[in-house]
Amino acid sequence: MIHKTSPEIGGMGHSIKRKEDLRFVQGKGNYVDDVHLPGMVYGHIVRSPYAHARIKKINIEPAMKVPGVLAVITGEDLAKAGLSWMPTLFHDKQMVLATGKVLFQAQEVAFVIAEDRYVAADAAELVEVDYEPLPVLVDPHHALDPDAPILREDREEKTNHIFHWEVGDQKATEKAIKGAAAKAEVHAFFQRCHPSPLETCGCVADFNRATGKLTVYLTSQAPHAHRTVFALVGGLPEQNIRIISPDIGGGFGNKVPVYPGYVCTVVASLQLGRPVKWIETRSENLQSTGFARDYHMTAELAADKNGKIQALRVKTLADHGAFNAAAQPSKFPAGLFSICTGSYEMPTAFCEVDGVYTNKAPGGIAYRCSFRVTEAAYLIERAMDVLAGELKMDPAELRRRNFIPADKFPYQSPLGWSYDSGNYEAAMKLALDKIGYAELRKEQEEKRKKGELMGIGISSFTEIVGAGPSHTFDILGIKMFDSCEIRIHPTGKAIARMGTKSQGQGHETTYAQIVAQELGIPASDVAIEEGDTDTAPYGLGTYASRSTPTSGAATAIAARKIRDKARKIAAFLLEVSEEDLVWEPGKFSVKGAPGKSKTIQEIAFAAYTNFPPGLEAGLEAVDYYDPPNLTFPFGTYICVVDIDKGTGEVKVRRFVAVDDCGNIINPMIVDGQIHGGLTEGLAIAFMQEISYDEIGNVQGGNFMDYLIPTAVETPNWETDKTCTPSPHHPFGAKGVGESPNVGSPAAFVNAVVDALSHLGVKHIDMPIAPWKVWNILKEKGVVG
Amino acid sequence: MAAKQKVRVKINGQEREAEVEPRLLLVHFIREVLSLTGTHIGCDTSHCGACTVMLDGKTVKSCTMFAVQADGCEILTIEGLIQDGKLHPLQEGFKEEHGLQCGYCTPGMILSSLALLKRNPNPSEDEIRHGISGNLCRCTGYQNIVKAVQYAAAKMAQGGQR
Ligand code: FES
Ligand code: FES
Repeated sequence: MIHKTSPEIGGMGHSIKRKEDLRFVQGKGNYVDDVHLPGMVYGHIVRSPYAHARIKKINIEPAMKVPGVLAVITGEDLAKAGLSWMPTLFHDKQMVLATGKVLFQAQEVAFVIAEDRYVAADAAELVEVDYEPLPVLVDPHHALDPDAPILREDREEKTNHIFHWEVGDQKATEKAIKGAAAKAEVHAFFQRCHPSPLETCGCVADFNRATGKLTVYLTSQAPHAHRTVFALVGGLPEQNIRIISPDIGGGFGNKVPVYPGYVCTVVASLQLGRPVKWIETRSENLQSTGFARDYHMTAELAADKNGKIQALRVKTLADHGAFNAAAQPSKFPAGLFSICTGSYEMPTAFCEVDGVYTNKAPGGIAYRCSFRVTEAAYLIERAMDVLAGELKMDPAELRRRNFIPADKFPYQSPLGWSYDSGNYEAAMKLALDKIGYAELRKEQEEKRKKGELMGIGISSFTEIVGAGPSHTFDILGIKMFDSCEIRIHPTGKAIARMGTKSQGQGHETTYAQIVAQELGIPASDVAIEEGDTDTAPYGLGTYASRSTPTSGAATAIAARKIRDKARKIAAFLLEVSEEDLVWEPGKFSVKGAPGKSKTIQEIAFAAYTNFPPGLEAGLEAVDYYDPPNLTFPFGTYICVVDIDKGTGEVKVRRFVAVDDCGNIINPMIVDGQIHGGLTEGLAIAFMQEISYDEIGNVQGGNFMDYLIPTAVETPNWETDKTCTPSPHHPFGAKGVGESPNVGSPAAFVNAVVDALSHLGVKHIDMPIAPWKVWNILKEKGVVG
Repeated sequence: MAAKQKVRVKINGQEREAEVEPRLLLVHFIREVLSLTGTHIGCDTSHCGACTVMLDGKTVKSCTMFAVQADGCEILTIEGLIQDGKLHPLQEGFKEEHGLQCGYCTPGMILSSLALLKRNPNPSEDEIRHGISGNLCRCTGYQNIVKAVQYAAAKMAQGGQR
């Protein structure tokens, strides 16, 4: 149990209002495009219209003649400095500016720098690139055909195959599937999506020739890691690089990778000795920066006649586009996809993934997702419904029979994870009760008799977040710890800095609440700063729901170190021994003499004015937290849909989301995260896909084609919680920001399939646009 | 490059003028010439509404207009909402009801809400959702934005404010 502090202190569990909002509601945020430096010039990228083509010649002369143009940089120029390629965050490299050939539409070919952003765009139009089109590989299923064009001529291996990865017991799984009484098989394509935060990516690079210092204002979810990459790739001494990640207009994984535009901007500033700004347009953002998903998956579930699962086999083809620019822990080519056994107990499982190159934009990033967990959760939750259909069993009942029982935690999954804690049945029961499941099933039966289409979809997902323990998790070799440094000022106020970086999650508020909880200093007295690599301690950044599990933990531990020192000072001031003191948030009192006490503010003052002999002055601490395990948030989501037979349109009537993320720092903020993530899940289920035509033209490359739900399509979300603390986290929290995006797509799809199940429909691939449903209804003879 | 033209506007109560290229978008004029960066840019197809400002009392997406077209107009941006150091009820509502996360859509969202409340001081939930449907938010799922607008509507009804 967490001791509840007073509202004035505002520790854990208080829905205090967000500190950051005061500047945002006044339009006084400071986003990258708001940075304006004296003498600043602008960059614009020339992009390839072809998906696969040889570059025969680039003529920059017409562009250079435009008044105001300062330079045009090409791949050949970068090659001279050894910078035409850069490492991706996952065992591959990527062209910064194309040399030799282009590999996807919208690939970066040249970088124009001009005094004015309009002039830069004008001049980019005038860069003449002579292309010779090559055969295009779009369908990953044909990537390994003998006549497929080999895309990556730079690699020694002359194949489009990137990796094969497998885990689990193949033989035992095959055997169990062969002998099973009931089987379910589902082929599910999790389409290519894009995080598309409302602010696109961009940067301002400012190289000061006099001091040799490079300052880069960058839309970065991981500023420290980016500094190290810049140092390693660019050869600049790391102390001379300062990354400032200012206010970020949403990230969702989009702002984890290093993009070619960043490198070009830095090179341009080094070359010109002036600040250079480059900001993506929305179309550039959707067409060239890190996409997510694009997993072609097959799941086979085997069960006995009572529905008890015996085995799961998963086979997946992963389309990574032209470069494997996944941003994920280095030992996991398919991220944490092996969480695909989900919330269910089973004796054995086997999972294999093959990655291939195609002529599409690079990526494979973790979009609001802890590295491929979304794909995994969607697949198992879809497969459960298909199995329920085969067994003619209620999908809730099938789940109940197979949940890992609450008393079996920590649970060792057949694919190698040790789940920290869970109580899946409790979460599902709450969701079923809240939505009135039994009545809804009755209503559905009656509606069916009348020929009306209504469906109920359940998803009882388990997530795996908070990467991660250093023995297993690193990115480019850097272990995935995270950090916090706290300083208490003489007047009892504090400043704390972390290695993470908020992009809307409200860290300035929630981290302050952790300090408040641990030290009793009111949250309003604690300033939080992130994102400046010159001042914040090193950390791997914010993504994969890792902030609370890692930096949040570091904050608590750093605060506890401060408390230990405060105890020494209090004992000195009160002239008692340390053991004679009791702590409650905000003060130490002498046991049995509660009137004799020292507040944390008094102690802080003494730390600078009257500290015990032999003790260092000051009151501060730093902690680099290496989590012992990941955390495993979970929940049950239930969706009710009605389908319009005339148009095929699906209306989400209700959606109940019960989440369990352990102990909560700020319930208001958690609910906000759930609302936002569910809305992104809704978009994925019904609206969004970045697809390509047969010659590799990107479809869905702007907001006209890649749809973001408005307030009108978005339903009211009904949220609730159960609370199963993480046993290994310092204050029992798990991550939560991504659960709704991970857990919801299956709930939406299950609901639509459920509405059509009596027609023999077992699966529909996302996005479930009205035309898809209408076609099914037509095919089944429901509409004429 | 066409000859520069003079643009004169009254923005947030202040007279401002500048010589600009005829093709300069209003949003760039506001952000870069007048240095009011609270008005944001989120797309290149007029869909997101992050650039929403009020022009002569009506909301416009300032990325879909040229600065020269605004010559002689009165403009209100997010920076003009605060008065005597006091937040506008909408600004307060967004803060109180957690109607924002990253804050990027917020200025545009607030101006669209303001236009809605001017037309309809007591909107239903459905009317609010339609009223802000030209503004995209990627973070909040809109639920708390609806509450923020309701908060402001109630407060403005009480105070008869602005
Ligand atoms: S910037 Fe998106 S509508 Fe104006
Ligand atoms: S708060 Fe981030 S886009 Fe609306």
